[in-house]
Amino acid sequence: MTWLLVAIGGAVGAPLRYLTDRAVQASQGPGVPYVFPWGTFTANIAGSLLLGVLTGAAVSSPAHALLATGLCGALTTYSTFSYETLRLAETGRAFLAAANVLASLLAGLGAVFVGAELAGGFGV
Amino acid sequence: MSEQEPRELPEPGPPSAPQGRVLAAVAAGGALGALARYGALVLWPGAGGFPWRVFVVNVSGCALIGVLMVLTVERGRIAHPLVRPFLGVGVLGGYTTFSTYAADVSGLLARQEVAVAMAYTAATAVAALAAVWAAAVATRAWLDRGAGSGAGSDARSDVRSDTRSGVRDMGTGRAV
Repeated sequence: MTWLLVAIGGAVGAPLRYLTDRAVQASQGPGVPYVFPWGTFTANIAGSLLLGVLTGAAVSSPAHALLATGLCGALTTYSTFSYETLRLAETGRAFLAAANVLASLLAGLGAVFVGAELAGGFGV
Repeated sequence: MSEQEPRELPEPGPPSAPQGRVLAAVAAGGALGALARYGALVLWPGAGGFPWRVFVVNVSGCALIGVLMVLTVERGRIAHPLVRPFLGVGVLGGYTTFSTYAADVSGLLARQEVAVAMAYTAATAVAALAAVWAAAVATRAWLDRGAGSGAGSDARSDVRSDTRSGVRDMGTGRAV
């Protein structure tokens, strides 16, 4: 049963990340060159915030499998984040590459913290 | 890191396949990737301290995406429009995780294991970037091996020349 919940969460989280990436790019306007990977950044921070809420709310085991392991795990990604950072570095944008890593780490950690505080504060 | 001409990131947008099929491929891949990650957590005994299992999952996923992106976006060796949505966005995106990484760091900090938290944060970032870089470089070198001599040695049915703008290999100028 847990395996099924994880799979369902993953089947929802990955398309959510894909659609988030597309929406963020579309919001940058047509013709704007895609340089800084804001789409992946947004998905990673949103997933970290949600995981913080779930952790703070100490949800049940099945809910954790579905939403934390499945959905948040698949909504966020380390592989695309790494590849996009590599491309920035390889295309002479070392500053943006470093900024992507540092901003993602700090914002991700901050999002987990804020999410947990929110869950605690509202007694979710 | 490379002597290639600076150019934009590979188009992250959708490949040329109907949106519904792309989403289905991403969803199916995401389910499999999440299951593989969960499987790694279940099969390996976990212990406190350094989150080795998530570390290994993330670093191995980064190595695999380095191979995949060179074969698809950079060189067009695998041109099927659903391969990258399924394997890249879906399987590897679902397999690796940023949220668990961030939450584990947060948990270590909350338990006053500051040194482990710092080590885990840095080790994952460095190992993940090293893995994707090494895998991409190795895959490019493998594709370029014996360039000009064994042209037919790696001919495969799913390989076709790809000269679309932006996916040519700008380093060698060859349409691969």
